[in-house]
Amino acid sequence: MQIELNVNGAPRKLDIEPDAPLLWVIRDELGLTGTKFGCGIGACGACTVHVNGKPMRSCVLPVAAVATAEITTIEGIGAQGLNAVQAAWIEHQVPQCGYCQSGMIMAITALLAENPTPSDDELKTLVTNICRCGTYPRIRAAVRSLAASGARS
Amino acid sequence: MISRRRVLLGSAAAAGTLLVGYALWPSRRRARADQLSAKPGERYLAYWIKVADDDTVTVVIPHCDMGTGIFTALSQMAAEELDADWGDMRAEAALPDPLFANGALVEGFALGREGLNRDSIPAFLQGSVLATGNKLAQFMDIQVTGGSSAVSYTGVYGVRVAAAATREMLIAAAAERLNAPRDAFRTERGRVIHQPSSQSFRFGELAAAASRYAPSSQPKLKPRSAYTLVGKPVARFDIPAKVNGSTRYGIDVSVPGMQYGAIKIAPIFGGKLVSVDEQQIAGKTGIKKIIKLDDAVIVVADRFWRAQRAMDALEPVFGDGGNAQLSSSTIRQRRLAALNQGPIKRDRSVGAGDKALQNGTSLECVYHVPYLAHAAMEPVNATALYRTDGTLEVWAGTQDALGARAFCAKAAGIRLDKVAFHHYPSGGAFGRRLPGLWNFLGFAVKAAMAMPGTALKLIFTREQDLRHDYYRPNVTSRFKARTNPAGMPDTWVNEYTTDSDSNAEAYISYEVPNQAYGAVKVETPVPVGPWRSVESSWHGFFIESFVDELAHQAKRDPFEFRKALLKNRPRHLATLELAAAKAGWGSTLAPGRARGIAMVACFGTVVAHVAEVEVSEGGDCKVHRITAAVDCGLAVNPDGLKAQIEGGIVFGLSAALYGEITIARGAVEQQNFPNYPMVRLADCPAIEVHLLESDAPLGGGGEPGTPPVAPALTNAIFAATGIRVRELPIAKHALGKDARPAAFRMETDRGSDAAVAIS
Repeated sequence: MQIELNVNGAPRKLDIEPDAPLLWVIRDELGLTGTKFGCGIGACGACTVHVNGKPMRSCVLPVAAVATAEITTIEGIGAQGLNAVQAAWIEHQVPQCGYCQSGMIMAITALLAENPTPSDDELKTLVTNICRCGTYPRIRAAVRSLAASGARS
Repeated sequence: MISRRRVLLGSAAAAGTLLVGYALWPSRRRARADQLSAKPGERYLAYWIKVADDDTVTVVIPHCDMGTGIFTALSQMAAEELDADWGDMRAEAALPDPLFANGALVEGFALGREGLNRDSIPAFLQGSVLATGNKLAQFMDIQVTGGSSAVSYTGVYGVRVAAAATREMLIAAAAERLNAPRDAFRTERGRVIHQPSSQSFRFGELAAAASRYAPSSQPKLKPRSAYTLVGKPVARFDIPAKVNGSTRYGIDVSVPGMQYGAIKIAPIFGGKLVSVDEQQIAGKTGIKKIIKLDDAVIVVADRFWRAQRAMDALEPVFGDGGNAQLSSSTIRQRRLAALNQGPIKRDRSVGAGDKALQNGTSLECVYHVPYLAHAAMEPVNATALYRTDGTLEVWAGTQDALGARAFCAKAAGIRLDKVAFHHYPSGGAFGRRLPGLWNFLGFAVKAAMAMPGTALKLIFTREQDLRHDYYRPNVTSRFKARTNPAGMPDTWVNEYTTDSDSNAEAYISYEVPNQAYGAVKVETPVPVGPWRSVESSWHGFFIESFVDELAHQAKRDPFEFRKALLKNRPRHLATLELAAAKAGWGSTLAPGRARGIAMVACFGTVVAHVAEVEVSEGGDCKVHRITAAVDCGLAVNPDGLKAQIEGGIVFGLSAALYGEITIARGAVEQQNFPNYPMVRLADCPAIEVHLLESDAPLGGGGEPGTPPVAPALTNAIFAATGIRVRELPIAKHALGKDARPAAFRMETDRGSDAAVAIS
């Protein structure tokens, strides 16, 4: 079927089955490979994108369900340079292999938009993405610094 | 036996000498290197070092980026010897061409002139060696990343020497230009300075002239005391592209006309494909082909998700390879039987060895570790195009680009020069992409050859990745000790099962006068392979558990007990003491909390962890804090090393708490993350890493953080509850009121594991 998607502010027309997973549409139809395949069942969060600003796991999201939504991928959040989370990720030297970090940054960016000063407890409850390299201590430190600057502003 | 490589390396490094001059590179080969990979305005001066007219210095790294920061650390080592300006430094991956083979790594392991001996080859290199039929010349054709070797071998024996030689060539060019003696020059921040006149030249101005000199194989190296860049934290080169999604991993490759493959491999190890009913997916959109292989089926479609869904709908019939009865419990019984019945191959005896036990045994314990999968976040994948002219092109992320290229040539039955290999960073590896673990490459090449002219991207789903890994072996280890009246061990006997040979990692750092070690081989159809920290991942748990049990039997503090056994090991002692001090060892904790300590030396690095855990009344175990102390000699990039230790700790935590691959009816039971859980933010304790500096040779960083985690946790659990966990993972055990029988997947007699206290 014909589906019109709005990804990173640009309308895209596609002829595709309505149940195609958004992850593979983003990666293979639109060529935006920053969003990653990790588990295919919504368990790891490597495929996290924003749908109307909310973090969603795109590997289990049928494309038809988001046809009218604003979708943002990792390529879209830093369009005017790095967003604050990405800058903090460099400052704290967070990534190792980097594969999960697109999803991680999308999840954290959405969390901070909702709550600029999350506690450690809120962070760990709301962000359940898996990082196999174990960058969690740095993620926590980076989010604390962002929360501190969020509290100041 | 202590392998020859270690002895050689230790003495060579201590004396500050080099085994081989890797900077030496005949000009003929330099010209070819320029042709292959120098951009306009730049040229190779020595092996792995390019200098451009605009002063850029590029270090060409014979390793793969899997997130450990080695491109940056090796560039620091080069910049240090060159006196380059850090802002001018770049790093790029070496091409998978024999010209850029990592001879320094092979020589670094000093396999000696007596030929290769499997016992002397570390596990992460065995895949390379066995694949080449033990021919040294071919074994040299590797670019392996593993064994925590990048800094300690490639850096120390390769890049550093090449950079020092490059510096001398730049000085020679300046001396020629001013017609002045070479010793009148010094180098600083990317310039060669004529000291009497203060006249100076940029590296870029001298590079073309410098390339006319031959690099020295014995350049003068800086003493450690003169370092200004090595030992300072720097920002990693690879991070900016990893925060905006622009890093391209193997899975992100796009080739015109590319099709996608989803695979199902015979679930039972050794099983073969019996039949496929293609009608099951007839009429589905986008399906191009069903490829039937000996032990797998691949559905090829124009989109991956279409191929995957068709594969899910297809129900190929596989045989059981005679392994239908294989299970974790039968394998466990075989390990126990092997230990009890032998034959045990003794590989080391100290003092009176096991004869010292004739007068009695004070403590006997048996420990087990399970199979583990690597479960890197990027599922294994490869893209291959076999052309009708008999050439092959492959795109993939591995831990050895040159070895992978040679593997693909062999798999296709063609010459190496008929294979173009494009190498990509890995979204995690941890051993999974080492030589010998390349089922994903083999299947991709076979599939491409079934569709000549079509590029095919084969992606393992998470389920296939988990169920067709090469697992960290499951191992059983038995210890017997005799103690003196003060409770200190005078005899230590350790016998364990192995999938290959004896492990030097079983040998203890503790001072015990009589020691004996032996291994018994237990082979199963389950494929095994190196997993972050390899043999130390199990021996670390075993040794540090048993020494803790001895301490408690002696009613001594486990930290003080270890210290008493490390009097002649100042490096180990200092590391242990730092971890204890930073963790507040001995200070009072909240009720229900306790600390455990463990120390493991591996890959040239000593690491001690103190874990602080809390066990609830019900038996839930929460890890609050891990305090680590690390001595790797000198950390090239201290922040990068800390990141590796942090990561190694989290990796060890997932394994210790929940990690277990189980076998039932000949197949792996786990499917995906829900039943192969990982530590997430919610379970990640506070982690502190403290570094020591010593005069020891530079040790590795990627792996040593992992082994002490499990024993630090189980030792803390014992301190908190009196329950000794002798079998990993911890989640299998009831630590409180809740019996949680579901966590016990093995239906064996656990009585055999009981510690036997013999009075």
